[in-house]
Amino acid sequence: MAFAAPNVILIILFTYRPLITNIYFSTLDWTLGAASATSVGLGNYVEFFSSPDAANVLGVTAIFTVTTVGGARALGLLVALALNQKLKGRTFARAVVFAPYVLSGVGVGLVWLFIFDPTYGALSWFLRSLGQISPQWVNDPKLALVMIIVVYIWKNLGYCAVVYLAGLQSIPPQLMEAASLDGATSFRRFRTIVVPLLSPTTFFLLITSLLSSLQAFDIIRIMTPSGNGTSTLIFDSYVQAFGSYNRAGYSAAISVVLFAGLLIMTAVQLRFVERKVHYS
Amino acid sequence: MRTKPAQDPPPRVRSLSWRNLGMTIAGGYIPLALATLVVFVPLLWMMMSSLKAPGEIVTTGLALLPKNPGPQNYLDATSTVPFPRFFLNSVIVTAVGSALKCVLAIFTAYALVFVRFPFKRVIFLLILVALMVPPQVSVLPNYVLIASMGGLNTYWGIILPGLGTAFGTFLLRQHFLTLPPAILESAEIDGAGHWRKLWKIVVPVSVPSIATVGLVTIVSEWNEYIWPLIVTDHPDMMTLPVGLTQLVNSDGSTQNWGMLMAGAVIVLLPILVIFAALQRYIVSGLTQGSVTG
Repeated sequence: MAFAAPNVILIILFTYRPLITNIYFSTLDWTLGAASATSVGLGNYVEFFSSPDAANVLGVTAIFTVTTVGGARALGLLVALALNQKLKGRTFARAVVFAPYVLSGVGVGLVWLFIFDPTYGALSWFLRSLGQISPQWVNDPKLALVMIIVVYIWKNLGYCAVVYLAGLQSIPPQLMEAASLDGATSFRRFRTIVVPLLSPTTFFLLITSLLSSLQAFDIIRIMTPSGNGTSTLIFDSYVQAFGSYNRAGYSAAISVVLFAGLLIMTAVQLRFVERKVHYS
Repeated sequence: MRTKPAQDPPPRVRSLSWRNLGMTIAGGYIPLALATLVVFVPLLWMMMSSLKAPGEIVTTGLALLPKNPGPQNYLDATSTVPFPRFFLNSVIVTAVGSALKCVLAIFTAYALVFVRFPFKRVIFLLILVALMVPPQVSVLPNYVLIASMGGLNTYWGIILPGLGTAFGTFLLRQHFLTLPPAILESAEIDGAGHWRKLWKIVVPVSVPSIATVGLVTIVSEWNEYIWPLIVTDHPDMMTLPVGLTQLVNSDGSTQNWGMLMAGAVIVLLPILVIFAALQRYIVSGLTQGSVTG
Protein backbone atom coordinates (compact mmCIF):
# COMPACT_ATOMS: atom_id res chain seq x y z
CA MET A 1 0.00 0.00 0.00
CA ALA A 2 2.78 2.40 0.95
CA PHE A 3 4.41 1.55 -2.39
CA ALA A 4 1.42 2.74 -4.37
CA ALA A 5 0.39 5.65 -2.14
CA PRO A 6 2.60 8.51 -3.45
CA ASN A 7 1.63 7.92 -7.07
CA VAL A 8 -2.05 7.48 -6.28
CA ILE A 9 -2.11 10.63 -4.15
CA LEU A 10 -0.43 12.61 -6.95
CA ILE A 11 -2.92 11.30 -9.51
CA ILE A 12 -5.87 12.20 -7.29
CA LEU A 13 -4.46 15.62 -6.49
CA PHE A 14 -3.42 16.68 -10.00
CA THR A 15 -5.64 14.61 -12.31
CA TYR A 16 -8.97 13.99 -10.56
CA ARG A 17 -9.24 16.99 -8.23
CA PRO A 18 -8.99 19.49 -11.13
CA LEU A 19 -12.04 17.92 -12.80
CA ILE A 20 -14.15 18.82 -9.76
CA THR A 21 -12.45 22.16 -9.12
CA ASN A 22 -13.07 23.12 -12.75
CA ILE A 23 -16.79 22.61 -12.30
CA TYR A 24 -16.73 24.84 -9.22
CA PHE A 25 -14.59 27.50 -10.94
CA SER A 26 -16.95 27.46 -13.92
CA THR A 27 -19.74 28.87 -11.74
CA LEU A 28 -17.68 31.92 -10.78
CA ASP A 29 -17.14 35.32 -12.27
CA TRP A 30 -13.50 35.40 -11.29
CA THR A 31 -10.47 37.25 -12.56
CA LEU A 32 -7.38 35.08 -12.28
CA GLY A 33 -5.27 36.32 -9.37
CA ALA A 34 -8.10 38.28 -7.75
CA ALA A 35 -8.83 37.49 -4.12
CA SER A 36 -12.60 37.43 -4.48
CA ALA A 37 -15.08 36.02 -6.96
CA THR A 38 -18.83 36.23 -7.36
CA SER A 39 -21.00 33.23 -8.06
CA VAL A 40 -22.84 33.40 -11.38
CA GLY A 41 -24.32 29.91 -11.52
CA LEU A 42 -24.48 28.79 -15.12
CA GLY A 43 -23.78 32.31 -16.37
CA ASN A 44 -20.45 31.42 -17.96
CA TYR A 45 -22.02 28.58 -19.93
CA VAL A 46 -24.90 30.80 -21.06
CA GLU A 47 -22.42 33.44 -22.14
CA PHE A 48 -20.25 30.96 -24.01
CA PHE A 49 -23.06 29.27 -25.90
CA SER A 50 -24.85 32.51 -26.75
CA SER A 51 -21.74 34.35 -27.95
CA PRO A 52 -20.76 34.25 -31.61
CA ASP A 53 -17.43 32.83 -30.44
CA ALA A 54 -19.03 29.54 -29.47
CA ALA A 55 -20.16 28.64 -32.99
CA ASN A 56 -16.73 29.58 -34.26
CA VAL A 57 -14.77 27.70 -31.58
CA LEU A 58 -16.97 24.60 -31.74
CA GLY A 59 -16.85 24.65 -35.54
CA VAL A 60 -13.07 24.96 -35.66
CA THR A 61 -12.72 22.21 -33.04
CA ALA A 62 -15.03 19.92 -35.02
CA ILE A 63 -13.29 20.56 -38.37
CA PHE A 64 -9.82 20.18 -36.86
CA THR A 65 -10.74 16.98 -35.01
CA VAL A 66 -12.58 15.26 -37.85
CA THR A 67 -9.96 16.07 -40.50
CA THR A 68 -6.94 15.21 -38.37
CA VAL A 69 -8.43 12.00 -36.96
CA GLY A 70 -9.62 10.92 -40.40
CA GLY A 71 -6.58 12.14 -42.33
CA ALA A 72 -3.91 10.70 -40.05
CA ARG A 73 -5.65 7.32 -39.98
CA ALA A 74 -6.29 7.13 -43.74
CA LEU A 75 -2.73 8.13 -44.65
CA GLY A 76 -1.37 6.00 -41.82
CA LEU A 77 -3.17 2.96 -43.24
CA LEU A 78 -1.73 3.62 -46.71
CA VAL A 79 1.78 3.84 -45.29
CA ALA A 80 1.17 0.72 -43.18
CA LEU A 81 0.11 -1.23 -46.30
CA ALA A 82 3.36 -0.21 -47.98
CA LEU A 83 5.38 -1.05 -44.86
CA ASN A 84 3.71 -4.45 -44.62
CA GLN A 85 5.41 -5.71 -47.79
CA LYS A 86 8.76 -7.40 -47.63
CA LEU A 87 10.75 -4.51 -48.96
CA LYS A 88 14.33 -3.51 -48.39
CA GLY A 89 14.71 -0.65 -45.94
CA ARG A 90 11.27 -0.93 -44.44
CA THR A 91 12.60 -0.94 -40.86
CA PHE A 92 14.36 2.30 -41.60
CA ALA A 93 11.26 3.75 -43.26
CA ARG A 94 9.11 2.75 -40.29
CA ALA A 95 11.44 4.60 -37.92
CA VAL A 96 11.60 7.72 -40.09
CA VAL A 97 7.83 7.89 -40.53
CA PHE A 98 7.29 7.49 -36.79
CA ALA A 99 9.90 10.10 -35.80
CA PRO A 100 7.71 13.26 -35.97
CA TYR A 101 5.40 11.74 -33.37
CA VAL A 102 8.11 11.99 -30.70
CA LEU A 103 9.19 15.52 -31.59
CA SER A 104 8.28 18.73 -29.82
CA GLY A 105 5.19 20.33 -31.37
CA VAL A 106 6.81 23.72 -30.83
CA GLY A 107 9.91 22.78 -32.82
CA VAL A 108 7.88 21.09 -35.54
CA GLY A 109 5.53 24.09 -35.71
CA LEU A 110 8.46 26.46 -36.28
CA VAL A 111 9.94 24.32 -39.03
CA TRP A 112 6.63 24.29 -40.90
CA LEU A 113 5.96 27.95 -40.23
CA PHE A 114 9.16 28.68 -42.15
CA ILE A 115 8.11 26.35 -44.99
CA PHE A 116 4.73 28.11 -45.18
CA ASP A 117 6.23 31.61 -45.06
CA PRO A 118 4.65 33.51 -47.99
CA THR A 119 7.90 35.21 -49.04
CA TYR A 120 10.89 33.12 -47.99
CA GLY A 121 9.31 29.71 -47.43
CA ALA A 122 10.10 26.65 -49.51
CA LEU A 123 6.42 26.29 -50.37
CA SER A 124 6.22 29.83 -51.71
CA TRP A 125 9.22 29.10 -53.93
CA PHE A 126 7.47 25.99 -55.21
CA LEU A 127 4.25 27.91 -55.90
CA ARG A 128 6.19 30.67 -57.65
CA SER A 129 7.85 28.15 -59.92
CA LEU A 130 4.35 27.07 -60.92
CA GLY A 131 3.48 30.69 -61.61
CA GLN A 132 1.37 31.06 -58.50
CA ILE A 133 1.59 33.53 -55.65
CA SER A 134 1.77 32.10 -52.14
CA PRO A 135 -1.29 32.86 -50.03
CA GLN A 136 -0.97 34.42 -46.57
CA TRP A 137 -1.22 31.16 -44.65
CA VAL A 138 -1.15 32.60 -41.14
CA ASN A 139 -3.27 35.69 -41.68
CA ASP A 140 -6.11 34.06 -43.61
CA PRO A 141 -8.31 32.31 -41.00
CA LYS A 142 -9.39 29.49 -43.33
CA LEU A 143 -5.89 28.80 -44.63
CA ALA A 144 -4.43 28.99 -41.12
CA LEU A 145 -6.73 26.14 -40.14
CA VAL A 146 -5.70 24.14 -43.22
CA MET A 147 -2.06 24.76 -42.31
CA ILE A 148 -2.29 23.49 -38.73
CA ILE A 149 -4.32 20.47 -39.91
CA VAL A 150 -1.59 19.56 -42.42
CA VAL A 151 1.17 19.92 -39.83
CA TYR A 152 -0.75 18.00 -37.20
CA ILE A 153 -1.37 15.12 -39.62
CA TRP A 154 2.33 15.18 -40.60
CA LYS A 155 3.28 14.81 -36.96
CA ASN A 156 0.82 12.05 -36.11
CA LEU A 157 0.39 9.85 -39.15
CA GLY A 158 3.47 7.77 -38.32
CA TYR A 159 1.86 6.72 -35.07
CA CYS A 160 -1.25 5.55 -36.94
CA ALA A 161 0.94 3.79 -39.52
CA VAL A 162 2.88 1.81 -36.92
CA VAL A 163 -0.26 0.82 -35.01
CA TYR A 164 -1.97 -0.23 -38.26
CA LEU A 165 1.15 -2.16 -39.25
CA ALA A 166 0.93 -4.16 -36.03
CA GLY A 167 -2.72 -4.84 -36.85
CA LEU A 168 -1.90 -5.92 -40.41
CA GLN A 169 0.80 -8.27 -39.19
CA SER A 170 -1.66 -9.99 -36.89
CA ILE A 171 -3.85 -11.01 -39.88
CA PRO A 172 -3.16 -14.70 -40.59
CA PRO A 173 -1.44 -14.95 -44.00
CA GLN A 174 -3.42 -18.16 -44.78
CA LEU A 175 -6.60 -16.06 -44.96
CA MET A 176 -5.17 -13.86 -47.67
CA GLU A 177 -3.76 -16.83 -49.54
CA ALA A 178 -7.05 -18.68 -49.45
CA ALA A 179 -8.83 -15.62 -50.77
CA SER A 180 -6.41 -15.13 -53.64
CA LEU A 181 -6.70 -18.83 -54.51
CA ASP A 182 -10.42 -18.18 -54.81
CA GLY A 183 -9.56 -15.47 -57.29
CA ALA A 184 -10.24 -12.41 -55.12
CA THR A 185 -8.55 -9.29 -56.41
CA SER A 186 -6.25 -7.42 -54.08
CA PHE A 187 -8.79 -4.63 -53.64
CA ARG A 188 -11.49 -7.17 -52.80
CA ARG A 189 -9.19 -8.90 -50.31
CA PHE A 190 -8.50 -5.53 -48.75
CA ARG A 191 -12.19 -4.66 -48.46
CA THR A 192 -13.52 -8.03 -47.28
CA ILE A 193 -10.64 -9.34 -45.14
CA VAL A 194 -8.23 -6.60 -44.15
CA VAL A 195 -10.71 -3.85 -43.25
CA PRO A 196 -12.96 -6.03 -41.03
CA LEU A 197 -10.01 -7.70 -39.31
CA LEU A 198 -8.44 -4.32 -38.67
CA SER A 199 -11.55 -2.94 -37.00
CA PRO A 200 -10.22 -3.37 -33.42
CA THR A 201 -7.13 -1.40 -34.46
CA THR A 202 -9.28 1.23 -36.14
CA PHE A 203 -11.37 1.52 -33.02
CA PHE A 204 -8.31 1.87 -30.80
CA LEU A 205 -6.88 4.56 -33.08
CA LEU A 206 -10.21 6.36 -33.25
CA ILE A 207 -10.28 6.81 -29.47
CA THR A 208 -6.60 7.66 -29.01
CA SER A 209 -6.45 10.10 -31.93
CA LEU A 210 -9.70 11.74 -30.92
CA LEU A 211 -8.29 12.32 -27.43
CA SER A 212 -5.05 13.75 -28.74
CA SER A 213 -6.63 15.90 -31.48
CA LEU A 214 -8.98 17.52 -29.00
CA GLN A 215 -5.97 18.31 -26.82
CA ALA A 216 -3.76 19.63 -29.62
CA PHE A 217 -2.20 22.79 -28.33
CA ASP A 218 1.50 23.34 -29.03
CA ILE A 219 1.29 23.41 -32.83
CA ILE A 220 -1.68 25.80 -32.75
CA ARG A 221 -0.10 28.07 -30.15
CA ILE A 222 3.26 28.38 -31.91
CA MET A 223 2.02 28.62 -35.52
CA THR A 224 -1.00 30.86 -34.94
CA PRO A 225 -0.50 32.72 -31.63
CA SER A 226 -3.51 34.93 -32.28
CA GLY A 227 -5.77 31.94 -32.84
CA ASN A 228 -7.31 33.70 -35.84
CA GLY A 229 -9.33 30.90 -37.44
CA THR A 230 -7.62 28.23 -35.37
CA SER A 231 -9.12 28.73 -31.93
CA THR A 232 -10.16 25.30 -30.68
CA LEU A 233 -11.79 24.66 -27.30
CA ILE A 234 -8.49 23.95 -25.59
CA PHE A 235 -6.87 27.00 -27.18
CA ASP A 236 -9.78 29.27 -26.26
CA SER A 237 -9.75 27.95 -22.70
CA TYR A 238 -6.04 28.78 -22.48
CA VAL A 239 -6.45 32.25 -23.99
CA GLN A 240 -9.38 33.17 -21.73
CA ALA A 241 -7.46 32.39 -18.53
CA PHE A 242 -3.84 33.00 -19.49
CA GLY A 243 -4.05 35.33 -22.46
CA SER A 244 -4.88 38.95 -21.80
CA TYR A 245 -8.36 38.41 -20.29
CA ASN A 246 -7.57 36.49 -17.07
CA ARG A 247 -11.15 35.20 -17.06
CA ALA A 248 -10.64 32.10 -14.92
CA GLY A 249 -14.31 31.20 -14.43
CA TYR A 250 -15.14 31.50 -18.12
CA SER A 251 -12.04 29.48 -19.05
CA ALA A 252 -13.05 26.75 -16.59
CA ALA A 253 -16.49 26.57 -18.19
CA ILE A 254 -14.91 25.99 -21.61
CA SER A 255 -12.71 23.26 -20.10
CA VAL A 256 -15.81 21.61 -18.65
CA VAL A 257 -17.52 21.75 -22.07
CA LEU A 258 -14.44 20.12 -23.61
CA PHE A 259 -14.27 17.42 -20.97
CA ALA A 260 -18.00 16.71 -21.21
CA GLY A 261 -17.62 16.41 -24.99
CA LEU A 262 -14.78 13.93 -24.54
CA LEU A 263 -16.77 11.88 -22.06
CA ILE A 264 -19.83 11.73 -24.32
CA MET A 265 -17.81 10.79 -27.38
CA THR A 266 -15.90 8.09 -25.54
CA ALA A 267 -19.12 6.68 -24.10
CA VAL A 268 -20.87 6.70 -27.48
CA GLN A 269 -17.95 4.95 -29.09
CA LEU A 270 -17.71 2.33 -26.39
CA ARG A 271 -21.44 1.72 -26.63
CA PHE A 272 -21.87 1.52 -30.40
CA VAL A 273 -18.54 0.79 -31.96
CA GLU A 274 -17.40 -1.89 -29.59
CA ARG A 275 -20.30 -4.09 -30.62
CA LYS A 276 -19.24 -3.94 -34.24
CA VAL A 277 -15.63 -4.59 -33.40
CA HIS A 278 -15.91 -7.84 -31.50
CA TYR A 279 -17.43 -10.23 -33.92
CA SER A 280 -15.45 -13.36 -33.08
CA MET B 1 -1.71 -39.98 -61.27
CA ARG B 2 -2.73 -37.92 -58.32
CA THR B 3 0.49 -38.45 -56.49
CA LYS B 4 1.89 -35.03 -57.16
CA PRO B 5 -1.02 -32.62 -56.95
CA ALA B 6 1.21 -29.74 -56.04
CA GLN B 7 3.14 -29.99 -59.25
CA ASP B 8 1.51 -26.99 -60.83
CA PRO B 9 2.47 -23.83 -59.02
CA PRO B 10 -0.64 -22.18 -57.58
CA PRO B 11 -1.46 -18.85 -59.20
CA ARG B 12 -0.78 -16.88 -56.04
CA VAL B 13 2.97 -17.54 -56.22
CA ARG B 14 4.56 -14.49 -57.75
CA SER B 15 7.01 -15.22 -60.44
CA LEU B 16 9.71 -12.71 -61.08
CA SER B 17 8.25 -10.76 -63.92
CA TRP B 18 8.34 -7.19 -65.08
CA ARG B 19 4.74 -6.80 -64.08
CA ASN B 20 5.37 -7.89 -60.49
CA LEU B 21 8.48 -5.80 -60.28
CA GLY B 22 6.47 -2.83 -61.48
CA MET B 23 3.77 -3.48 -58.91
CA THR B 24 6.28 -3.80 -56.08
CA ILE B 25 7.79 -0.49 -57.03
CA ALA B 26 4.48 1.31 -57.56
CA GLY B 27 2.70 -0.18 -54.55
CA GLY B 28 5.65 -0.50 -52.20
CA TYR B 29 8.78 1.46 -52.86
CA ILE B 30 7.22 4.62 -54.24
CA PRO B 31 4.78 5.18 -51.34
CA LEU B 32 7.52 4.32 -48.83
CA ALA B 33 10.05 6.62 -50.44
CA LEU B 34 7.45 9.36 -50.63
CA ALA B 35 6.47 9.01 -46.96
CA THR B 36 10.11 8.94 -45.89
CA LEU B 37 10.94 12.04 -47.91
CA VAL B 38 7.91 13.95 -46.65
CA VAL B 39 9.18 13.43 -43.10
CA PHE B 40 12.86 13.76 -43.82
CA VAL B 41 13.03 16.83 -46.09
CA PRO B 42 11.48 19.39 -43.68
CA LEU B 43 13.88 18.28 -40.93
CA LEU B 44 16.86 18.42 -43.29
CA TRP B 45 15.66 21.83 -44.46
CA MET B 46 15.62 23.01 -40.83
CA MET B 47 19.18 21.76 -40.16
CA MET B 48 20.57 23.32 -43.33
CA SER B 49 18.74 26.61 -42.86
CA SER B 50 20.04 26.93 -39.31
CA LEU B 51 23.58 26.99 -40.70
CA LYS B 52 22.92 29.54 -43.44
CA ALA B 53 23.93 33.18 -43.40
CA PRO B 54 21.05 35.69 -43.15
CA GLY B 55 21.39 36.64 -46.82
CA GLU B 56 20.79 33.06 -47.88
CA ILE B 57 17.57 32.85 -45.89
CA VAL B 58 16.12 36.16 -46.99
CA THR B 59 16.03 35.19 -50.61
CA THR B 60 13.34 34.06 -52.95
CA GLY B 61 15.62 31.46 -54.50
CA LEU B 62 15.87 27.96 -53.13
CA ALA B 63 19.09 26.22 -52.17
CA LEU B 64 19.27 23.35 -49.72
CA LEU B 65 22.93 23.56 -48.81
CA PRO B 66 24.35 26.60 -47.04
CA LYS B 67 27.15 28.31 -48.98
CA ASN B 68 29.27 29.05 -45.91
CA PRO B 69 27.91 26.91 -43.08
CA GLY B 70 28.41 28.72 -39.80
CA PRO B 71 27.03 28.95 -36.27
CA GLN B 72 25.90 32.58 -36.63
CA ASN B 73 22.18 31.78 -36.15
CA TYR B 74 22.95 29.85 -32.97
CA LEU B 75 24.97 32.76 -31.62
CA ASP B 76 22.14 35.15 -32.53
CA ALA B 77 19.57 32.98 -30.76
CA THR B 78 21.76 32.83 -27.66
CA SER B 79 22.28 36.59 -27.58
CA THR B 80 18.54 37.29 -28.04
CA VAL B 81 17.27 34.96 -25.31
CA PRO B 82 19.14 32.94 -22.64
CA PHE B 83 19.24 29.71 -24.66
CA PRO B 84 21.88 27.86 -22.61
CA ARG B 85 19.74 28.51 -19.55
CA PHE B 86 16.60 27.15 -21.32
CA PHE B 87 18.57 24.07 -22.28
CA LEU B 88 19.80 23.57 -18.72
CA ASN B 89 16.26 23.99 -17.37
CA SER B 90 14.91 21.46 -19.85
CA VAL B 91 17.64 18.98 -18.91
CA ILE B 92 16.98 19.42 -15.18
CA VAL B 93 13.20 19.16 -15.50
CA THR B 94 13.43 16.16 -17.84
CA ALA B 95 16.04 14.28 -15.80
CA VAL B 96 14.48 14.82 -12.38
CA GLY B 97 10.91 14.43 -13.60
CA SER B 98 11.58 11.24 -15.56
CA ALA B 99 13.64 9.64 -12.79
CA LEU B 100 10.96 10.29 -10.18
CA LYS B 101 8.19 9.13 -12.50
CA CYS B 102 10.01 5.88 -13.22
CA VAL B 103 10.51 5.17 -9.52
CA LEU B 104 6.86 5.94 -8.77
CA ALA B 105 5.73 3.71 -11.64
CA ILE B 106 7.94 0.84 -10.48
CA PHE B 107 6.65 1.09 -6.89
CA THR B 108 3.01 1.30 -7.91
CA ALA B 109 3.20 -1.50 -10.45
CA TYR B 110 5.00 -3.72 -7.93
CA ALA B 111 2.31 -3.07 -5.34
CA LEU B 112 -0.47 -3.77 -7.84
CA VAL B 113 1.02 -7.10 -8.86
CA PHE B 114 2.90 -8.53 -5.88
CA VAL B 115 1.45 -6.95 -2.73
CA ARG B 116 -1.95 -7.73 -1.23
CA PHE B 117 -3.75 -4.70 0.09
CA PRO B 118 -7.36 -3.52 0.41
CA PHE B 119 -9.11 -1.68 -2.44
CA LYS B 120 -6.54 -2.87 -4.94
CA ARG B 121 -9.08 -3.11 -7.76
CA VAL B 122 -10.42 0.37 -7.04
CA ILE B 123 -6.92 1.80 -7.10
CA PHE B 124 -6.11 0.02 -10.32
CA LEU B 125 -9.29 1.37 -11.91
CA LEU B 126 -8.43 4.86 -10.67
CA ILE B 127 -5.08 4.63 -12.44
CA LEU B 128 -6.57 3.13 -15.59
CA VAL B 129 -9.24 5.82 -15.95
CA ALA B 130 -6.61 8.53 -15.33
CA LEU B 131 -5.05 7.42 -18.65
CA MET B 132 -8.13 8.81 -20.39
CA VAL B 133 -8.31 12.13 -18.53
CA PRO B 134 -6.81 14.84 -20.73
CA PRO B 135 -4.10 16.71 -18.81
CA GLN B 136 -4.84 19.93 -20.71
CA VAL B 137 -8.19 20.23 -18.93
CA SER B 138 -6.45 20.33 -15.53
CA VAL B 139 -4.10 23.25 -16.10
CA LEU B 140 -6.19 26.02 -14.54
CA PRO B 141 -6.97 24.28 -11.21
CA ASN B 142 -3.38 23.04 -11.00
CA TYR B 143 -2.10 26.53 -11.73
CA VAL B 144 -4.20 27.97 -8.91
CA LEU B 145 -2.96 25.28 -6.51
CA ILE B 146 0.71 25.51 -7.46
CA ALA B 147 0.58 29.33 -7.37
CA SER B 148 -0.92 29.25 -3.87
CA MET B 149 1.94 26.97 -2.80
CA GLY B 150 4.50 29.43 -4.18
CA GLY B 151 5.51 27.17 -7.04
CA LEU B 152 5.44 29.63 -9.94
CA ASN B 153 8.85 29.93 -11.60
CA THR B 154 10.33 27.03 -9.62
CA TYR B 155 11.61 23.65 -10.76
CA TRP B 156 9.35 21.78 -8.37
CA GLY B 157 6.36 23.77 -9.60
CA ILE B 158 7.11 22.66 -13.17
CA ILE B 159 7.72 19.03 -12.22
CA LEU B 160 5.25 18.19 -9.45
CA PRO B 161 1.81 18.20 -11.15
CA GLY B 162 2.97 15.82 -13.88
CA LEU B 163 4.65 13.34 -11.54
CA GLY B 164 1.74 10.98 -10.96
CA THR B 165 2.07 8.43 -13.70
CA ALA B 166 -0.75 6.29 -15.01
CA PHE B 167 0.98 5.35 -18.26
CA GLY B 168 4.20 4.03 -16.71
CA THR B 169 2.34 2.19 -13.97
CA PHE B 170 0.06 0.50 -16.47
CA LEU B 171 2.88 -0.53 -18.78
CA LEU B 172 5.03 -1.94 -15.98
CA ARG B 173 2.08 -3.71 -14.41
CA GLN B 174 1.45 -5.50 -17.71
CA HIS B 175 5.07 -6.60 -17.72
CA PHE B 176 5.22 -7.66 -14.04
CA LEU B 177 2.16 -9.85 -14.61
CA THR B 178 4.18 -11.89 -17.08
CA LEU B 179 6.97 -12.64 -14.59
CA PRO B 180 6.82 -16.23 -13.28
CA PRO B 181 5.91 -16.24 -9.56
CA ALA B 182 8.63 -18.81 -9.00
CA ILE B 183 11.35 -16.19 -9.26
CA LEU B 184 10.03 -14.55 -6.10
CA GLU B 185 9.40 -17.73 -4.15
CA SER B 186 13.03 -18.54 -3.42
CA ALA B 187 13.53 -15.03 -2.12
CA GLU B 188 10.46 -15.42 0.09
CA ILE B 189 11.97 -18.57 1.61
CA ASP B 190 15.07 -16.55 2.44
CA GLY B 191 12.78 -14.13 4.23
CA ALA B 192 13.36 -11.19 1.91
CA GLY B 193 10.94 -8.30 2.32
CA HIS B 194 9.22 -6.44 -0.49
CA TRP B 195 11.97 -3.85 -0.68
CA ARG B 196 14.65 -6.49 -1.35
CA LYS B 197 12.46 -8.49 -3.70
CA LEU B 198 11.73 -5.34 -5.71
CA TRP B 199 15.33 -4.18 -6.13
CA LYS B 200 17.14 -7.54 -6.20
CA ILE B 201 14.76 -9.55 -8.37
CA VAL B 202 11.94 -7.67 -10.08
CA VAL B 203 13.86 -4.60 -11.25
CA PRO B 204 16.90 -6.48 -12.63
CA VAL B 205 14.75 -8.79 -14.78
CA SER B 206 12.60 -5.89 -16.02
CA VAL B 207 15.28 -3.59 -17.38
CA PRO B 208 13.93 -3.47 -20.97
CA SER B 209 10.41 -2.54 -19.80
CA ILE B 210 11.74 0.06 -17.38
CA ALA B 211 13.92 1.47 -20.16
CA THR B 212 10.84 1.73 -22.36
CA VAL B 213 8.92 3.63 -19.69
CA GLY B 214 11.97 5.81 -19.02
CA LEU B 215 12.50 6.72 -22.66
CA VAL B 216 8.85 7.50 -23.33
CA THR B 217 8.79 9.63 -20.18
CA ILE B 218 11.96 11.50 -21.19
CA VAL B 219 10.44 12.28 -24.60
CA SER B 220 7.18 13.58 -23.15
CA GLU B 221 8.85 15.61 -20.37
CA TRP B 222 11.23 17.23 -22.85
CA ASN B 223 8.37 18.17 -25.19
CA GLU B 224 5.92 19.26 -22.47
CA TYR B 225 4.58 22.67 -23.37
CA ILE B 226 1.34 24.01 -21.94
CA TRP B 227 2.19 23.50 -18.26
CA PRO B 228 5.70 25.04 -18.25
CA LEU B 229 4.31 27.83 -20.45
CA ILE B 230 1.75 28.72 -17.80
CA VAL B 231 3.81 28.18 -14.69
CA THR B 232 6.90 30.15 -15.76
CA ASP B 233 7.09 33.76 -16.85
CA HIS B 234 10.68 34.43 -15.88
CA PRO B 235 13.22 33.59 -18.61
CA ASP B 236 15.58 32.04 -16.07
CA MET B 237 13.07 29.28 -15.37
CA MET B 238 11.72 28.60 -18.86
CA THR B 239 12.23 25.27 -20.58
CA LEU B 240 13.27 25.09 -24.25
CA PRO B 241 9.81 24.90 -25.88
CA VAL B 242 8.63 27.84 -23.75
CA GLY B 243 11.79 29.80 -24.44
CA LEU B 244 11.45 29.20 -28.17
CA THR B 245 8.07 30.88 -27.99
CA GLN B 246 9.91 34.02 -26.88
CA LEU B 247 11.94 34.00 -30.09
CA VAL B 248 8.90 34.10 -32.35
CA ASN B 249 7.90 37.54 -33.43
CA SER B 250 4.32 37.66 -32.28
CA ASP B 251 3.02 39.83 -35.11
CA GLY B 252 4.04 37.03 -37.44
CA SER B 253 5.31 39.29 -40.21
CA THR B 254 9.07 39.50 -40.05
CA GLN B 255 10.57 36.42 -38.50
CA ASN B 256 14.30 35.81 -38.17
CA TRP B 257 14.02 32.38 -39.75
CA GLY B 258 17.68 31.41 -39.45
CA MET B 259 17.61 32.05 -35.73
CA LEU B 260 14.27 30.24 -35.33
CA MET B 261 15.59 27.21 -37.20
CA ALA B 262 18.61 27.17 -34.88
CA GLY B 263 16.20 27.19 -31.95
CA ALA B 264 14.15 24.39 -33.51
CA VAL B 265 17.30 22.31 -33.99
CA ILE B 266 18.21 22.74 -30.31
CA VAL B 267 14.81 21.49 -29.17
CA LEU B 268 14.41 18.72 -31.78
CA LEU B 269 17.93 17.31 -32.19
CA PRO B 270 18.40 15.73 -28.73
CA ILE B 271 15.18 13.74 -29.10
CA LEU B 272 16.03 12.81 -32.71
CA VAL B 273 19.39 11.44 -31.54
CA ILE B 274 17.81 9.46 -28.69
CA PHE B 275 15.13 8.19 -31.05
CA ALA B 276 17.63 7.16 -33.71
CA ALA B 277 19.59 5.15 -31.17
CA LEU B 278 16.73 3.56 -29.22
CA GLN B 279 13.69 3.76 -31.50
CA ARG B 280 12.65 0.14 -30.91
CA TYR B 281 11.94 0.80 -27.23
CA ILE B 282 10.24 4.13 -27.86
CA VAL B 283 8.00 2.88 -30.67
CA SER B 284 6.95 -0.20 -28.72
CA GLY B 285 6.30 1.85 -25.58
CA LEU B 286 4.18 4.44 -27.36
CA THR B 287 2.13 1.90 -29.29
CA GLN B 288 1.82 -0.57 -26.41
CA GLY B 289 -1.89 0.00 -25.84
CA SER B 290 -2.74 -1.23 -29.31
CA VAL B 291 -1.24 -4.61 -28.61
CA THR B 292 -2.39 -5.08 -25.04
CA GLY B 293 -5.90 -4.08 -26.06
